[in-house]
Amino acid sequence: MSVSSDSIKIVWIYPDLLSTYGDQGNCIVLERRAARRGISTRTVHVRSDESVPVDGDIYLLGGGEDRPQILAAQRLRADGGLHKAAEFGAAIFAVCAGYQLLGSEFGGEEGQPVPGIGLLDIRSGRGEKRAVGEIVGDVAPELNVPRITGFENHQGVTHLGPGVKPLAKTVVGVGNGDGFEGAYRDHILGTYMHGPALVRNPGLADLLLRWAVGHEIQPIDDSWAGRLREERLKAVAS
Amino acid sequence: MSELPLRSQLAVALGRTAARMSRLAGRGDGSVIGGKIGLKLDPELLTRLARDRKLVLVSATNGKTTTTRLITSAMTPLGEVATNAFGANMPTGHVSALAAAREARYGVLECDEKYVPMVLKETGANVVALMNLSRDQMDRAAEIWLLAGKWRKALEAADTHVIANCDDPLVTWGASTAKSVTWVAAGQHWREDSWCCPECGGPLDREGANWACRECSFARPKPDWILHGQRVTAPGGRTFELSELQLPGRANRSNAVIALAVVAQFGVQPEVGLPLLGEVKSVAGRYTTVEFQGRQIRLLLSKNPAGWLEAFDVLEPAPGPVALSINAQGPDGRDTSWLWDVDYRILRGRPVWATGERRLDLAARLEAADVDFTVVDDIEQAVLAVPPGKLDVIANYTAFQNIRTRYGRVV
Repeated sequence: MSVSSDSIKIVWIYPDLLSTYGDQGNCIVLERRAARRGISTRTVHVRSDESVPVDGDIYLLGGGEDRPQILAAQRLRADGGLHKAAEFGAAIFAVCAGYQLLGSEFGGEEGQPVPGIGLLDIRSGRGEKRAVGEIVGDVAPELNVPRITGFENHQGVTHLGPGVKPLAKTVVGVGNGDGFEGAYRDHILGTYMHGPALVRNPGLADLLLRWAVGHEIQPIDDSWAGRLREERLKAVAS
Repeated sequence: MSELPLRSQLAVALGRTAARMSRLAGRGDGSVIGGKIGLKLDPELLTRLARDRKLVLVSATNGKTTTTRLITSAMTPLGEVATNAFGANMPTGHVSALAAAREARYGVLECDEKYVPMVLKETGANVVALMNLSRDQMDRAAEIWLLAGKWRKALEAADTHVIANCDDPLVTWGASTAKSVTWVAAGQHWREDSWCCPECGGPLDREGANWACRECSFARPKPDWILHGQRVTAPGGRTFELSELQLPGRANRSNAVIALAVVAQFGVQPEVGLPLLGEVKSVAGRYTTVEFQGRQIRLLLSKNPAGWLEAFDVLEPAPGPVALSINAQGPDGRDTSWLWDVDYRILRGRPVWATGERRLDLAARLEAADVDFTVVDDIEQAVLAVPPGKLDVIANYTAFQNIRTRYGRVV
């Protein structure tokens, strides 16, 4: 099939609530990596007072403080657009607070349980200690993505139900708190690597792009991202 | 000044000795270690040292050190002013500053955002100046919504006058429980952290400088002081030009109008304060220009996305060369994610050098912004690579300190 005919729609969910720390980096990385494959992109930023379009190909959810996270979960549940998009098979990539709210429950500002939006079979609560630092994990082999590297900054503990698989086995860092990091099912993927997680993990960005276009995509030159990855992986190994 | 109890006098004296030794050992200005020892010997030392003085606390995400300096300068007509001029902005630094100026009847203390409630309680400060809140290094700084909530609680319980920037919705919310407030329209350029109402979470609508929540009654208060461009309108409608200000950029004009509002509280009129603000030319190395082999290197400190926006505002016009240096040590925040909140596209069309311990993070970011750049191992390589003339250097905290040490600590 002709690659140049590919066109995808990227939807950034609630940058006014879920964008605390460089989350737009994931949008930028996807747009650029798509463009270099001749895939045209259209990106929509959906604020929390707008309805979520159901025709997106990749949906991004970022991190947030406790209150914005609770508000975002309430609005996404009331809106229902993300659920429809998920039924249609759209790819969803969620980090940190966005990851937690995809589950059935997460911890609020006083640690109280807050209902999530139920797109992933996970349940999160508040841990005893904040996990702050570099995180490294070996990705589930069937996803065919190299070792992930990122930075985590959260106090969440996430339990995975039978409906999801862990994204990676934790090598460095805390992740879900049980030796694994993140979770996925179908084309929905969540991680505790916060902020611009796709910058250091072009393999993960390409996985989302493959899901979105429905076929393999050719490799591209990744020299800066590659050098950055190498440096970060070396920094935590020493 | 009231006499200190013997134990407190001893605490002050030992603290000073420790500070002097720390300076002699070349380990900074000694204000942290001096205060630490003082507080250890007398946990109530800060309260005792604050007694019978008129104190101002200055807090914000950005501009604390500069505004503290501007206020201190404009307060000189009142007599000696105690201040923590070197950015040691926690209680240890406050103790040192007050102990070093025992006779000063006034004090201006820069205060870390998290410490505002505690320091306010311990010192009973007369005036608190609150300027802006935006995303900062989140592995060490507090979440800002939480922080503003703590300010609310502390101010509600205190008998203090607040000078607050009403163009920042989160600051407005944080300040609005105070018994008396002077609202200053000091401007807000970074808006990415204030799309939602701090009171109820609803969307904030903006029209010109005004903002209001669509769902509840929270809205921008009517300002008492207004900054418009280079001019300031004081309460009562008198207007003043900020042309005497030496510190560059709109962020410093914001800092200046806050300073004028603070000193007016102590009876210093703008016509007296303005020329004194003009005497401040650089602050702890910020905005300093150093000469090196025919290059005039100007040092700009930027620690977070809002700070970068203000640094870009004062750059030499394109195609003036720029060197960027990024570290990720403790004081910088160990996480570089924030680089992706800075819009580096503004640097297109200039020669750009990237350095610092995290230059590869910077490289990945600049590449994604389609900025042409050269990665170099240290700042010296960048300096020598530009032709003689001007070079702007933007660096985050420890990177800035390294460069400052390398090219002379001009204060």
